[in-house]
Amino acid sequence: MADMIKVSGLSVTFTSAGRSFRAVDGVSFSVAKGESFGIVGESGSGKSTILKAVAGLVKFQAGALELNGQAMGFARSRKERQLLQYVFQDPYGSLHPRQTVDEALREPLAIQGIAGAEAKIAAALAEVGLEPKHRFRFPHQLSGGQRQRVAIARALILHPPILLLDEPTSALDVSVQAEILNLLARLRAAHGTTSILVSHDLAVVAHVCERVAVMKDGRLVEILGADALRAGVAEQAYTRQLVAASRGYARGA
Amino acid sequence: MSAPSAPQNWKQWLESESPASRRQAVAGNAWRGLVAIIKNPAALAGLIIVALLLLMALAAPLLAWGQDPLAQDLAQRLKPPSASHWLGTDELGRDIYVRVLYGARVTLTIVVLVSLVVAPLGLAVGTLSGFLGGVIDVVLMRITDIFLAFPRLVLALAFAAALGPGIENAVIAIALTAWPPYARIARAEAATIAQSDFIAAVKLQGASTARILLRHIVPLCLSSVIVRLTLDMAGIILTAAGLGFLGLGAQPPTAEWGAMVSSGREVILDQWWVATMPGIAIFVVSLGFNLLGDGLRDVFDPKSS
Ligand SMILES: Nc1ncnc2c1ncn2[C@@H]1O[C@H](COP(=O)(O)OP(=O)(O)OP(=O)(O)O)[C@@H](O)[C@H]1O
Ligand SMILES: [Mg+2]
Repeated sequence: MADMIKVSGLSVTFTSAGRSFRAVDGVSFSVAKGESFGIVGESGSGKSTILKAVAGLVKFQAGALELNGQAMGFARSRKERQLLQYVFQDPYGSLHPRQTVDEALREPLAIQGIAGAEAKIAAALAEVGLEPKHRFRFPHQLSGGQRQRVAIARALILHPPILLLDEPTSALDVSVQAEILNLLARLRAAHGTTSILVSHDLAVVAHVCERVAVMKDGRLVEILGADALRAGVAEQAYTRQLVAASRGYARGA
Repeated sequence: MSAPSAPQNWKQWLESESPASRRQAVAGNAWRGLVAIIKNPAALAGLIIVALLLLMALAAPLLAWGQDPLAQDLAQRLKPPSASHWLGTDELGRDIYVRVLYGARVTLTIVVLVSLVVAPLGLAVGTLSGFLGGVIDVVLMRITDIFLAFPRLVLALAFAAALGPGIENAVIAIALTAWPPYARIARAEAATIAQSDFIAAVKLQGASTARILLRHIVPLCLSSVIVRLTLDMAGIILTAAGLGFLGLGAQPPTAEWGAMVSSGREVILDQWWVATMPGIAIFVVSLGFNLLGDGLRDVFDPKSS
């Protein structure tokens, strides 16, 4: 019963220009404390939208959400915000264009009133493999991978119990990707961080997560264990297709 | 380490790709902007003109050799430009060079006061509207629409007529009619920025609405407001001069360019310099602000950086 995240019957409908579109349709799952849960699925299947609903960045029209046993809606207090942090999919949009790396990392500490910013910022940068010379650069002076590391450092600096990771390593090269994944694994071991990881890369998800949800057109097709995903034994034809497609791609590349 | 010459050090410090402090990072950014302006001939011309306006206004008593812009000398009235009166004299024998100098003070006062009202008001209304959306957005934007629907000079005339002529009232009148476009710009930008991930990130960190607006949204809207303000400055100066010309702006005997043009129009055929000299001043300063505004737009444009 130690569910850190509990999502039941979650539905998100976007309405723009009078047309409504159901991006997430009655999705239910739960993530235990300290567990790493993966979400895979094709582009547009609603993976990011689920994370945003859990984070309180988009409203959900139906269903219920519980974080650490507390029911959560869209509006949240500063205290409730301490429960989770988010690493965004697009490293180019997730940093304020007129703020240095230092300011981006100082802001969360200032908001939550945490002392000792100097040392914490330096440590957070080192943790994600950024050098001191990057500290006072503006985002336009950083590569995509460096920006993504800043975004990860910004999420980690508050030591949240829950981390929502939306393709955190897609902008990084393979060696850095491994470094970041190991870092996340270390944090999980040290702090018992609960995480949801969204990725296109089935191998990454199967490596990092214990259980994986497969999404298609806003619906959850099935949840299966990482072993099953690696072995390619899935109940649903769609999942087998996805696995086969990713293998074919891996061999072809 | 053998030290290179001092200016070298300086440039290296400013242009460093890995600054060692926030101060250095900000100074470096400002430096790159300044270099971009200086490299653009039109923008540089604008910058020089605006700097000259500042100099004229601040050092008017010095540049006028202590002459009084109000001192009349009826024996010397309507004299053409000469060594003793560089730009000639007007119908009361006042030196036009000195009056144009002191007129820069009036123009600069108007420019500064209008900016101080228009930029904060436009930013406040626009960012609140764009970020909060909903009912607040609708109400604020309808108010903006109402102000936007008035033709500027006509409303300024009405205000000046209702509140009485004078430079303060001219400023109020111009400012009240000038802010709505700024609110529109700021709203459009704030609405876009509000959707971005970096704003979502500070929301998730637990930032209050006021903090998000003041520290994250306003600084990003500021540059387009500054550019627009610089480009609008010509129009503001012309409106002020127009009000002065119609006798609803600065009151005689204050040296104000628009009023000076007005007083010279009766003698424009025979004593052309009386109206022409302040007219040139209005033209040059308006042009300067326009050139500078264009340059700033290029510098602030995120696509170019
Ligand atoms: N703010 C929005 N307004 C309207 N529709 C949206 C909005 N955000 C997402 N959508 C739509 O919802 C659907 C799911 O989007 P989502 O970003 O969750 O996909 P995703 O699974 O994360 O895809 P990807 O792998 O490409 O990131 C898409 O069809 C998208 O067009
Ligand atoms: Mg996505």
